[in-house]
Amino acid sequence: MDLINNLSLGFGVAFTFQNLIYCFIGCLLGTLIGVLPGIGPVATIAMLLPATYALPPVAALIMLAGIYYGAQYGGSTTAILVNLPGESSSVVTVIDGYQMARKGRAGPALAAAGLGSFFAGCVGTLILAAFAPPLTEVAFKFGPAEYFSLMVLGLIGAVVLASGSLLKAVGMIVLGLLMGLVGTDVNSGVARFSFDIPELTDGIGFVTIAMGVFGYGEIIANLSRPDDEREVFTAKVEGLFPTKEDFKRMIPAVLRGTALGAALGILPGGGALLAAFAAYTVEKKTKLKPGEVPFGQGNIRGVAAPESANNAGSQTSFIPLLTLGIPPNAVMALMVGAMTIHNIQPGPQVMTSNPELFWGLIASMWIGNAMLIILNLPLIGIWIKLLTVPYRWLFPSIVLFCAVGVYSTNNNTFDIWMVGIFGLIGYIFHKLGTEPAPLLLGFILGPMMEENLRRALLLSRGDWSVFVTRPLSAGLLAAAALLLIIVLLPAVKNKREEAFVED
Amino acid sequence: MKIKSQKDFFSGLMFMGVGVAFAWGATTYNVGNGARMGPGYFPLLLGVLLAIIGSVITFKAVTVETQDGDKIGKWAWKPLFFILAANFAFGVLLGGLPSLGIPAMGLIVGIYALTFISSLAGNEFNAKAVFVLATVLAIGSYVAFVWALKLQFPVWPSFITG
Repeated sequence: MDLINNLSLGFGVAFTFQNLIYCFIGCLLGTLIGVLPGIGPVATIAMLLPATYALPPVAALIMLAGIYYGAQYGGSTTAILVNLPGESSSVVTVIDGYQMARKGRAGPALAAAGLGSFFAGCVGTLILAAFAPPLTEVAFKFGPAEYFSLMVLGLIGAVVLASGSLLKAVGMIVLGLLMGLVGTDVNSGVARFSFDIPELTDGIGFVTIAMGVFGYGEIIANLSRPDDEREVFTAKVEGLFPTKEDFKRMIPAVLRGTALGAALGILPGGGALLAAFAAYTVEKKTKLKPGEVPFGQGNIRGVAAPESANNAGSQTSFIPLLTLGIPPNAVMALMVGAMTIHNIQPGPQVMTSNPELFWGLIASMWIGNAMLIILNLPLIGIWIKLLTVPYRWLFPSIVLFCAVGVYSTNNNTFDIWMVGIFGLIGYIFHKLGTEPAPLLLGFILGPMMEENLRRALLLSRGDWSVFVTRPLSAGLLAAAALLLIIVLLPAVKNKREEAFVED
Repeated sequence: MKIKSQKDFFSGLMFMGVGVAFAWGATTYNVGNGARMGPGYFPLLLGVLLAIIGSVITFKAVTVETQDGDKIGKWAWKPLFFILAANFAFGVLLGGLPSLGIPAMGLIVGIYALTFISSLAGNEFNAKAVFVLATVLAIGSYVAFVWALKLQFPVWPSFITG
């Protein structure tokens, strides 16, 4: 069995002392920032990217991945106890989780979220291990035209599935693509849009954009909101374990959530947030059993399903990244950045050229999930204490970590000026109601898209029809067009807008 | 003409402006043709696309009715100013500004300045608490970044270390 062999190679890598430590640090940090509202995995991973320079690539990626899926665990704690999503993907958990806490059932809610996440994480990891190799085979058949079309599909998918206003999101993508082109053109050596600033000929730093827009921009936006009264259930969380009745209701919900989350995670634009939304919607549609609490009033299924789904989605969203080298969401875009920092070109060749990295990362996810369930259930008391840390201590620290982080990427104060400018831009985006996540995706894909477009058109002697005459490429473009058409259908459009209103 | 969605109207204008700027900038480079794309080809394409998207958004913003006018709302000048000021002060203190003859003051001084200035962005300001926070952050950063991760920083003012 190849799968067994590969996984045993992976576990061999992941079980070294150093990698276990980094996996633990990643999970711990992930839970931490998941619990704290106001800071998410995107900003955290961006802050820590420079710190991973000194680490071996496997350890660095294991740690960064741990932050992402760890945040999915931590986010549910805040959602249940404070009525605030600690993480964007636990927005729907708030609805039923908080109601359960108010009825004195915070313990079972936390346990349902934790156990569901653990199960989903394990399944997600297995799916990743099983599906990655065959997909890699397909990826090797891709030429430049196919890659270009795939990126179009990925970008369209990203906005169709996961944002508010469609047109504005597309605009943000194009803006991101353009910003990605700043710097020296690899083919002609011309420095584009650099305004004769030497630092800009290397392009805009990916870390500066991520931190400015997601770090500073968010802080400014958070501070402009009036302090909301937080009611924290810090009183002892008793009776952690769900009753038999709870289990009976939870299990099918966890299974549905996991399946849905895993499937949606693979899709471009998918990932944790979308998975959670979809899972909650499905649960709401199913009939209530007699004696069950209605949704919105503390139904345990409303906690178990979205929490399983967001964890499954966060695991499987690694599939497009690891097999095709195409990031499906902003966090994965950062992982591309992390891989390039360590001189690994993301794409199908990673599996053959760096098998230890590939399988080690996958195996570490399973270990990380096991660590997380221990971190989050028995040690829940520590995280509850953390929730009492006021934001006025938090935000100066975040500003500091961002500033230190960008400086240390190049040891150049120029990056500090840039991150300040992007902080301003991020706040403007916030004010104008435009989502920054598609911008980051576009930014990462910009140079790749240009290169593949150039190659495809060079091979076809400037004939644009190459994108529709090659069957694979045509199929991908058709899928992108189909997605657009579906969203623009009036019936779907209204539903979609409804779904994002709760945002 | 009445603006029906303020947010969309101005984001449309922003996209249009940026798109036109990029497209115009792209024409100063060699554009080439499809078979031999020059450095200006792809940016020109995207710039035009962005300008079109922007104009559609703006057009919709003045024609499609919204419930509350999608107001942009008040700008949070205070946090905006102090957060960015903290960031710039940190940069200046950390690395100095050779062009203006400002010497590098190093990481520790920078952290105190950053913490104090950024704390002014919040609703409450308690100098004593901020001082404690800054000290904790300074020690923590020294241990984490300089000692453990061995990142290269000017830690102390340059006139002390020489």
